[in-house]
Amino acid sequence: MILKKNFKNTLLILAACLVLTACATKKEATTGISGQMQGDVYTGTDSVKYLADGVPDRVFFATNESVLTTASRETLRSQAAWLRKNSSINVVLEGHADERGTREYNLALGERRANSAKDYLMTYGISSNRISVLSYGKERPVDAGSSPLAWSKNRRSVTVKAN
Amino acid sequence: MKKNFIILFVLLIIPFKAMALIEVDITRGNLSPLPLAVSPLSIDNKSKKSFEQILKKENIGSEISNIVENNLRTSGLFNPLNKDAFLQAPDIANLKPRFEDWNLIKAQALITGKVTYVDEKLRVEFRLWDILAGKEMMALAFTTVPDNWRRVGHIISDKVYERLTGEKGYFDTRIIYVSEEGPKTQRVKKLAIMDQDGANNKFLTLGNELVLTPRFNPTSQMVTYLSYFKNLPRVYLLDIETGTQEVVGDFPGMTFAPRFSPNGKKIIMSFAKDGKSDIYTMDLENRIVQRITNHPSIDTSPSYSPNQKFIAFNSDRSGYQQIYIMKSDGSNVKRISFGNGIYGTPVWSPRGDLIAFTKLHKGKFYIGVMRTDGSGERLLTENYYQEAPSWSPNGRVLIFYRETKTNSKGEGFSAKLWSIDLTGYNERLVKTPTDASDPSWSSILSN
Repeated sequence: MILKKNFKNTLLILAACLVLTACATKKEATTGISGQMQGDVYTGTDSVKYLADGVPDRVFFATNESVLTTASRETLRSQAAWLRKNSSINVVLEGHADERGTREYNLALGERRANSAKDYLMTYGISSNRISVLSYGKERPVDAGSSPLAWSKNRRSVTVKAN
Repeated sequence: MKKNFIILFVLLIIPFKAMALIEVDITRGNLSPLPLAVSPLSIDNKSKKSFEQILKKENIGSEISNIVENNLRTSGLFNPLNKDAFLQAPDIANLKPRFEDWNLIKAQALITGKVTYVDEKLRVEFRLWDILAGKEMMALAFTTVPDNWRRVGHIISDKVYERLTGEKGYFDTRIIYVSEEGPKTQRVKKLAIMDQDGANNKFLTLGNELVLTPRFNPTSQMVTYLSYFKNLPRVYLLDIETGTQEVVGDFPGMTFAPRFSPNGKKIIMSFAKDGKSDIYTMDLENRIVQRITNHPSIDTSPSYSPNQKFIAFNSDRSGYQQIYIMKSDGSNVKRISFGNGIYGTPVWSPRGDLIAFTKLHKGKFYIGVMRTDGSGERLLTENYYQEAPSWSPNGRVLIFYRETKTNSKGEGFSAKLWSIDLTGYNERLVKTPTDASDPSWSSILSN
């Protein structure tokens, strides 16, 4: 009887170990969905458009964050260089959030994201009166999916020509 | 509207304690709704013909009783019995019910009534009977223009609800909401208004610009909402009767998350600038704008306490969205949500004792309530996505919206209105002609 019980316990422990390992592997798999995300920031190019050759129009953010990543800063520096060359062009920075937040908070978050892009453009010499900011919150997703990858594409600030 | 209703007589028999057989307790989840019979209102042939002509309804007496029956059933507190089992004809039952007959089909209460066409008006009398005690509990009569027939049904429902539960009803009310159509990436949104039971749906905007978060003023004649008119997201004010719209205040940037103060004289909202969102009020009479919070964080979704002394709002000043309360001048800011997860959209109950909220925890969204000091948190419903609770005027029911998860191709999206009792029971889909979100419940219209 006792032996049998011990055997049962061992089996349970074994099963638990298996479950744990399974989880760990799964987690690794989701963070690097076919190389399109780093952490939970989108790094792919599916939805990206270009203001000019080599000047991507958008930058992406982590969940609940408005901090610019290294890649985002690079994108914005190329936008600033292009804007300096094309001094008659004004832009609207459209800030967006994913669907996993309350509507009103997301409106504010979109505004904060667009402003962090605006601040960066300004430090690279673009005058604030050439840049306006417009938040859409979660109202205009580019990807209609309900997956971490879709949400990462939607957390964005898009630079749009205003004239 | 109020003047259309002339209450001709009120007859109340206050039951003795010993015979208070029918009392519905609405403070607990009601798992055995009270069985009651709603007899079709009787109608004489001449009146029937007149209403058939005016309202294009074959039998207005049955139509009104159907409204009452439907209201009482959806409250979850009552179980209206099948009319096929009724033994007594409507006109005779209204004079004096044979209580044994109604007792036989297990009805504990009975509603009877009579409709007549008098001087181009609709006259409705109704009676509520206590079957077990064999007594009349209430008798009322209304005279109004025939077009108001649905509202008569709602007012009768409110009177019955109040007599049997001891609390005000919420049936003679309307819901304003955002109607949604089209693909998820390009939703077309319009303001829409309907009766609480889904009847009389009407669109208030055309869908040319994005509109969000409409909320009624205390008299339910005005609505404040967010519109992207000319791509400038601003808080607007709309008069429902006249259709007049105006921008609220002159802010150099996005204003959003508007609500009326309980006295209807101010609008409280957020103003976003340079990545910060703070809470402001504007007095609608003298147009004076007052800044209430001043913090580098996002402060939004403000909601006044019914006595207007406090404001609940959500802020991410601690790192994540949490619920705070403060005095209405912005002093004494105090965090009240401390559970696991992110908290948003606090809405003060019309009774003043509870705050309804949206919570996100481990990838699930909840609608819940807590006391105003943050204690006694209760989660009422869990789903993939839901938010924006709005209270029924009696503080017993919450209406909110829920969105579905899409499949791997991004298909299958829908947004619908749902209601749930404060007890966490009686969750129901609120039918709308299109997809719907951001509901706001009006006050009682006949008050």
